[in-house]
Amino acid sequence: MGRIVLDKVSKSFDKIQVIPPLDLTIEDGEFTVFVGPSGCGKSTLLRMIAGLEDLSAGTIFVDNEDVTQISPSKRGLAMVFQSYALYPHMTVRKNIAFPLRMKKMDQVEIDKRVEAAAKSLNLSDYLERKPGQLSGGQRQRVAIGRAIVRDPLAFLFDEPLSNLDAALRVGMRLEIAEMHKRMNTTMIYVTHDQVEAMTMADKIVVLRAGIIEQIGSPLNLYHKPKNIFVAGFIGSPKMNIFSGPTAEKFNAYYVGIRPEHTTVSMSEGSWKGRVGVAEHLGSDTFIHVHDTGLQDVITVRINGDISVKNGDAIFLTPQIEQIHKFDAQGLRIE
Amino acid sequence: MAHVVKPSKFGAFGRPVLAWVVGLLFFFPIFWMVLTSFKTDADAVKPEYLLFFKPTLENYLNMTQNYDYWRFASNSVITSVFATIFTLFVGIPAAYAMAFNPSRATKDILIWMLSTKMLPAAAVLYPMTFLTKSMGLYDTHFLIIIVLSLINLPIVVWMLFTYFKEIPKDIIEASQMDGVNTWGEIKEILIPLAWGGIVSTALLCFIFCWNEAYWTVRLTTTDAATLSKLIEGNRAPEGLFFGRLSAVSTAAVGPIVVLGWFCQKQLVKGLTFGAVK
Ligand SMILES: Nc1ncnc2c1ncn2[C@@H]1O[C@H](COP(=O)(O)OP(=O)(O)O)[C@@H](O)[C@H]1O
Ligand SMILES: [Mg+2]
Repeated sequence: MGRIVLDKVSKSFDKIQVIPPLDLTIEDGEFTVFVGPSGCGKSTLLRMIAGLEDLSAGTIFVDNEDVTQISPSKRGLAMVFQSYALYPHMTVRKNIAFPLRMKKMDQVEIDKRVEAAAKSLNLSDYLERKPGQLSGGQRQRVAIGRAIVRDPLAFLFDEPLSNLDAALRVGMRLEIAEMHKRMNTTMIYVTHDQVEAMTMADKIVVLRAGIIEQIGSPLNLYHKPKNIFVAGFIGSPKMNIFSGPTAEKFNAYYVGIRPEHTTVSMSEGSWKGRVGVAEHLGSDTFIHVHDTGLQDVITVRINGDISVKNGDAIFLTPQIEQIHKFDAQGLRIE
Repeated sequence: MAHVVKPSKFGAFGRPVLAWVVGLLFFFPIFWMVLTSFKTDADAVKPEYLLFFKPTLENYLNMTQNYDYWRFASNSVITSVFATIFTLFVGIPAAYAMAFNPSRATKDILIWMLSTKMLPAAAVLYPMTFLTKSMGLYDTHFLIIIVLSLINLPIVVWMLFTYFKEIPKDIIEASQMDGVNTWGEIKEILIPLAWGGIVSTALLCFIFCWNEAYWTVRLTTTDAATLSKLIEGNRAPEGLFFGRLSAVSTAAVGPIVVLGWFCQKQLVKGLTFGAVK
């Protein structure tokens, strides 16, 4: 089991409130991602769940037990840090075995578990090495191994992939997702990268300045963002959001249309513009269109085979059913 | 990160020369002292015998036979060892708490601790002498150990604090997640990671204890008297016996020099080996 409930949890550092009172339930077995811009309080929230940070107010329950005053080690949660936080003076074997040794587990059982974890993480050949002799990806695996052996109620990840290079990050992302499918243990994963959030999560919690902007499945956030912050944050390239006379025609203060929901033509369409930069990804091309009169730049995403030149006249037509409408407060209008 | 320094002309040639000059400059008085310790008191003051003279062991024999060198030496060892252990025993938890669980007062406490070193020792000479005598602690090992510990505690806590600060907080927190208690944290994580720093702190503390003269001379007579007291005792009123004094001094600094020599490697050993990033 591993159901985590936050009840009116808040946090202030000195007099500055970083997390206003907040309620959140994470169901057992769920892969929940906290996503938001840097400094919005994701790590603070995770660290409060871990017990590394005291709460200013509120209660945290793990499996209906109030753990607010319980020390980190007794909460049954395992954490993977962005910096890996391996013990540099211990071998990989000792690193992974450390939490078990602290539990005074029988040495035979420790060895069995360490070997099994190492095998599943492709670390068997590195057990006698020190962390300093490993690559970034391997260190990350050791950190995960150290979490796995404990068989925790839930895993907490704080931006675990942000120190890895892009290729490794994609691979590890997949591995962690697979690990979740295999173990079915609750995981809370913090990232500022909406792609990670979208690809891994069962449930995404979008945070801004300590406030939950929206909770939902990746597709739910993509299709029905509650406000223009979520609309702009989720999805890549970003949704085009503009106000003005065109928006008013849709009976909204703000109108949003995703780059992939705009049809492009060289001869006719609703909005006329001029091609600025075209980013060719191969499969797709992102075109930055200027002078539409809607906002400075409108981004559209088109098939990579279509070729356009800088300065060409271009016509855009939004897919009406894909238009997002928001009121003057930035809240979604259905 | 290793910094690659491009060897300049000065770096290749001037640096070793400079190092040697500085080294010799510092070494010369010690060298002179050792030489003088093998001269008779009469020869010691004659410039023509500066380097070439008839060596004698007279001073050393005199020292061990008439002055009970070994008692002073063992007192020095006992007080310095126990004072160092006690200082670390108090200093490690204190520095640990301040490095990893700082409160708003931590900075002020650190400054305040250092400020106690600014008080002139002479200012408390009378109360210290009076108090220790009336408490029956005068000239006891216990007193000297406590005094040496208290004198060195501020410096030791400061040094340990700076070493502990270099340990990434994440590692400490990871160990807390992994289920260590406070003592385990100190034993399993803190001490191994800061080992180089702790050893150099201990060594420095030991040297300070060994060399301390103000209080050891004034708060002892015979039972707990250290080598400092022995040197001081050879400062005879009728004039200085340089040969004898040099022998005593050589015998007093000898152990500490040897200790420093053996601990060299430990002192340069680094702190972390690439755990973070
Ligand atoms: N120990 C601390 N003392 C004071 N302020 C802090 C501390 N930790 C975090 N903060 C502040 O809390 C806010 C949220 O930080 P954090 O949770 O690390 O954000 P995130 O992980 O989303 O980037 C930031 O404004 C940060 O400056
Ligand atoms: Mg963070």
